[in-house]
Amino acid sequence: MGEKQALICYAVRLSSKAKFGISMSTQRKAISLISGGLDSMLSTRVIMDQGIHVEGINIFTGFCVEGHTHAIRKKDKKKPKRNQALWVAEQLGIKLHIIDVIEEYKEVLLHPGHGYGQNMNPCLDCKGFMVRKAYEWMQEQGFDFIITGEVVGQRPMSQRRDTLPVIQRESGAGDLLLRPLSALNLPETRPEREGWVRRDELYDFSGRSRKPQIALAAKFGFEEYSQPAGGCCFLTDKSYSDKLVDMWAHRSSRDYELDDIMLLKVGRHLRPRPHFKLIVAREEGETRFLEGYRKQFVHLQSKSHNGPLVLIDGVIDESDRLLAARISARFGQGRDAAEVEMEITDLDGRSQPLTVKPLRANEIPQDWYV
Amino acid sequence: MSEQHLDARRLLCPLPVIRVQNTVATLAAGDILQVVCSDPGALHDVPAWCRVHGHRVLAAEQRGDEVRIRIEVVAQEPPA
Ligand code: SF4
Repeated sequence: MGEKQALICYAVRLSSKAKFGISMSTQRKAISLISGGLDSMLSTRVIMDQGIHVEGINIFTGFCVEGHTHAIRKKDKKKPKRNQALWVAEQLGIKLHIIDVIEEYKEVLLHPGHGYGQNMNPCLDCKGFMVRKAYEWMQEQGFDFIITGEVVGQRPMSQRRDTLPVIQRESGAGDLLLRPLSALNLPETRPEREGWVRRDELYDFSGRSRKPQIALAAKFGFEEYSQPAGGCCFLTDKSYSDKLVDMWAHRSSRDYELDDIMLLKVGRHLRPRPHFKLIVAREEGETRFLEGYRKQFVHLQSKSHNGPLVLIDGVIDESDRLLAARISARFGQGRDAAEVEMEITDLDGRSQPLTVKPLRANEIPQDWYV
Repeated sequence: MSEQHLDARRLLCPLPVIRVQNTVATLAAGDILQVVCSDPGALHDVPAWCRVHGHRVLAAEQRGDEVRIRIEVVAQEPPA
């Protein structure tokens, strides 16, 4: 199916160019923000059909919902371990450039001028930032304009009639930013005014309904596509945002490293004391992933029974070690045993045995779970 | 023609892809890039990136916990 779809896209591109007599010298080029979802896939195809050369750009903030989280968790084995944006690019037959903005994105997340959405998602600042990155890329590479899959009224923060112009303004892209799916509801942009694209072949989608998108996908013959319910990143996820806020609340600074935000995606997090928390692997895939962090964290492992690897984030004393071991024993197969032999390994690599009585379920207060 | 090695172990996708992309940008047509990754997702994503950019995947295999991919850089044509 993938190959067939890509071939169709290629054929459409050739025939569009022939149909509109677009010559080499007038070939216009657009960069499309590709999230991996349906809307950017559709908007790209709409513009390709007008004979425009389109390439994709995908911005990696570190918070993106990606195939790797499926790769970590074994239980998600059936889900395809693929990068959705790359997959979309391949279906469309376009190039995709993936840009690492992890460092620069910190400023967006830590100080969003327009604040956060329902969770820790700074969507409006984020969108402005992403379009700015696309705009910079466009200028460097000599492309003509930018397209996105935004739709008026689709998202409560970044896709409102009054916030779409904010993105144009703050990104610097101005009227070189075209939203093909909603263009008829918005003022004319330069690509339309200059005749690079035909406005009457753009769309007037608005609101939260997905029906027009699904109908357009059917028209294009897209049989497989993704429509992530929670948006494009972990920051819209309540449980993830809670862990992020908890991490900041217990550190002297809100700065973070990639490892910090990756670890928030993995395992059960419990904070039994303000100065430390435990990250408990939930299954084999997570254990394997957390094993990569053994040199950076004091960690616990059950010796007498099967049990998860547990990382300790924080500085702990003797009584904390005992408590951490008793909690960890609770999550292994020795949970109902009178005693479990645990092993605790310090940062210098030295391990010590600890024999503990596992905590009972009712001895773990609910508010320890982050 | 040169051969370059890239160690992308311990990086989760899409970081290995980004590293491949940035390294390929410094290479010339015909050069070879040999990349080793530990994220199993790279076995799918790195070849997918190569396909969309027209680079040739000479070999892609998983050996134990590591994924090894060998890429030949292909010249990029300007948009026609
Ligand atoms: S959902 Fe995440 S990636 Fe998407 S605009 Fe909001 S903050 Fe940015």
